[in-house]
Amino acid sequence: MINELLFMNGYGIYVLSAFSFTLLSFSALYLITKVQFTKEQNKFVAKFGSLNSEKAKSAKSQRINKEILANATNN
Amino acid sequence: MFKLFHPNKIFQITSKAPKYVLFLFVVVLSVGLTEALILSPEDYKQSDAVRIMYVHVPAAWISLGIFSSITFLSISGFIFKNKNFFLIAKSLAPSGFVFNIIALVTGSIWGKPTWGTWWAWDARITSMLILALFYAMYLISWRIYESEEKVFKITTLITILGIVNVPIIKYSVDWWNTLHQPASINILSKSSIHSSMLFPLLIMTAAFALFSLLIFLMKYNTELIKVKNKGLDRL
Repeated sequence: MINELLFMNGYGIYVLSAFSFTLLSFSALYLITKVQFTKEQNKFVAKFGSLNSEKAKSAKSQRINKEILANATNN
Repeated sequence: MFKLFHPNKIFQITSKAPKYVLFLFVVVLSVGLTEALILSPEDYKQSDAVRIMYVHVPAAWISLGIFSSITFLSISGFIFKNKNFFLIAKSLAPSGFVFNIIALVTGSIWGKPTWGTWWAWDARITSMLILALFYAMYLISWRIYESEEKVFKITTLITILGIVNVPIIKYSVDWWNTLHQPASINILSKSSIHSSMLFPLLIMTAAFALFSLLIFLMKYNTELIKVKNKGLDRL
């Protein structure tokens, strides 16, 4: 069964390399996107932390900023 | 109506959605891979080499769909002066480009056992390669131009020029003598593909669509945080 699945009437090398390339591309794109997201999120948290209390209060009045901070602490 | 597209409102949904989309993607992909590699029958002519279709065709469909959406969004962004449309278009592009590359590479792998060559300057393959170049130009433009006004203009121009190529890709198999066979799946008329092969193809297409949605959501959230980071600088 396993041999049949791998050999595929002599086409296994082509079929499995096409599927492997696809899955590797997916993994690479997912990881790159995830790293970019985390980097930007960390940058936001660091910038927010460096704001004085008045500016932080003003920034926190925006719902999206609160959401970003909440997500960053949850992750 | 465009208030619905306001980033503040969208972020509430887009920030929570990726984990659910990822879960759904893994489930649908597992079913799709089982169908494509084990359960679906081999072709009477191509034997098991036909299984490459289950990654090649969905990748090509989605890359074409994404490029068309990017063009529509860029033109809409220009007409309605809505920056968010450009951000959505920009976030769609990376997965569209990767799907385009997957279609080219898996097509090349499929070409060897069926046509006896890795590459041919056939109308469909060449026009898909041109689409990849348009994707590359689009993505590079976002990296090299600093001014928003300029990047909006240039990326819209690239998509307008690139969209001319999309019907050429679709109809290349009818207009020219190519190595590719004519379309086996038609929305308006009866498809020539058997349901035992159509089903796994549709499942794999759904899995690929979910993956592009996942990447879009993650990329869009990154873009929104980037905008907010600039906002903090201005405080």
